[in-house]
Amino acid sequence: MSGVAREWREIPGRYNLKGTKCGNCGKVYFPARSFCPECRRASMGKMEEYYVCRTGKVFSFSVVHEAPEANNLQKPYVVAMVKTDDNVMITAQLVDVEFDKVEIGMPVRAVLRKLSTDGESGIIRYGYKFVPNL
Amino acid sequence: MREVAVIGIGVTKFGELWNKSFRALGIEAGMKAMEDANLSGSEIDGMFIGNLSAGRFINQQHIDALVADYTGMASKHIPATRVEAGGASGGVAFRQGVMAVASGMHDVVVVGGAEKMTDLDDASINSIMDSTADSEWEAEMGATFASLHAMIAQRMIYEGTATREEIASVAVNSHFHGAFNPNAQFKKAVPIETVLKSGPVATPLGMFDTAPISDGAASVVLCPLEDAKKYTDNFVKVASVAQASDTLALFQRPDITSYGATVAASQKAYEAAGITAADIKVAEVHDVYSVGGIMALQDLGFYKKGEAGKAMLEGRCHFDSGSVAINTSGGLKARGHPIGATGVAQIVEIAHQLRGTADNRQVKDAKYGLAQNVGGMGSAVTVSILEAI
Repeated sequence: MSGVAREWREIPGRYNLKGTKCGNCGKVYFPARSFCPECRRASMGKMEEYYVCRTGKVFSFSVVHEAPEANNLQKPYVVAMVKTDDNVMITAQLVDVEFDKVEIGMPVRAVLRKLSTDGESGIIRYGYKFVPNL
Repeated sequence: MREVAVIGIGVTKFGELWNKSFRALGIEAGMKAMEDANLSGSEIDGMFIGNLSAGRFINQQHIDALVADYTGMASKHIPATRVEAGGASGGVAFRQGVMAVASGMHDVVVVGGAEKMTDLDDASINSIMDSTADSEWEAEMGATFASLHAMIAQRMIYEGTATREEIASVAVNSHFHGAFNPNAQFKKAVPIETVLKSGPVATPLGMFDTAPISDGAASVVLCPLEDAKKYTDNFVKVASVAQASDTLALFQRPDITSYGATVAASQKAYEAAGITAADIKVAEVHDVYSVGGIMALQDLGFYKKGEAGKAMLEGRCHFDSGSVAINTSGGLKARGHPIGATGVAQIVEIAHQLRGTADNRQVKDAKYGLAQNVGGMGSAVTVSILEAI
């Protein structure tokens, strides 16, 4: 069980792929960072809002057969690292797809889905997953 | 900075040790190391303990105090420090101990590592392992620790730097050696078919690509090299110990088939020891998943990218192969992986090899041995080099 605030404060990233862009060097970060690890102090106060592109390609993937309690009802499921069309890497589930059709390079797009629930009375988490972009 | 020696080593059996508690395991390993170093106990002036998550495994935080108390150090008010760095907790504790002695702050230091995992159910254990990666942006998005390693393996196969069989052969090599180690969790060699046909955990990796859930503890005693002879004739020198960091999440890195922290730590360690990868005759590497062994052999400079898997598959990593022997203890896969203990158990094995006390898995004529311990997805790596005296 986790607190409501822990989920609530990450909603911009989880729902809308909101990250940050360094106003000093232009590098994009997802999830959002308060300063740029490359520019460090020079980036303080210069980080800009940045919405990551919602389409991309599968960089790597795996079919998960043993899952933690929170995702137990979903298994087996596909998890993938997706490189978005603006070159940001994101790890997420890949859904609405037949397992044997998944391959590296496959075009995908982000959708909003239920991620997990904390038991019967706990909070319900929502966030991005990817689906084939045909 | 003073030169440092390992003057005592001790390790418990690793495995599902239902009749042994966390404190019983820690004491057993510590006492064995003290006996090995011919210490009474009154010489010890500092302790460092590697432990991943006693708080979640056995609902006991503050295990530094627990260990000090149950080893008789609390009444003498000897400082004890618990170290956590994911799977590298033991390796980082060892480095802290070496720094404490090298700096002159301490003279005789005990480094321990311990984990009691089997008191908890499997799903909770896996969730703890998952949290050594990025909990909020990997684990909560559905990525398990296994699947993150699986995506590295998938990418290696896609890029043509390793085949599925080569990756599986890391587990075969570890099991081959586990059969020679009386303290190993699995003392049985397995054919590659067993690994390839094992039930899927996260494709392409299966159950036999995965280190087991284990209980166990390991311990070493350190002192200044110039004092080592006061205690024992059977000591080894710490030639160097290096540590490096990388991003918490795997997806934040441009290349996922190599751990930059292993490369950085090993370069520092070789330089500090005044040697190269070619001088290493025996190494313990972090095969928490088989694919980790392939990366380690390449990142440590033993083999070029694409060559490590071939060496594994052809049996060139065996203790008697003549080339660098890998995971003669059985590695994480067959020796077992009580997480906090692993990095210290690696030091115990390398010390055995360099002292000539590795029995029927003894590597011949090894002057230098290396231990590589990995936390999370390569987010913290220690590389320690020991030298025979």
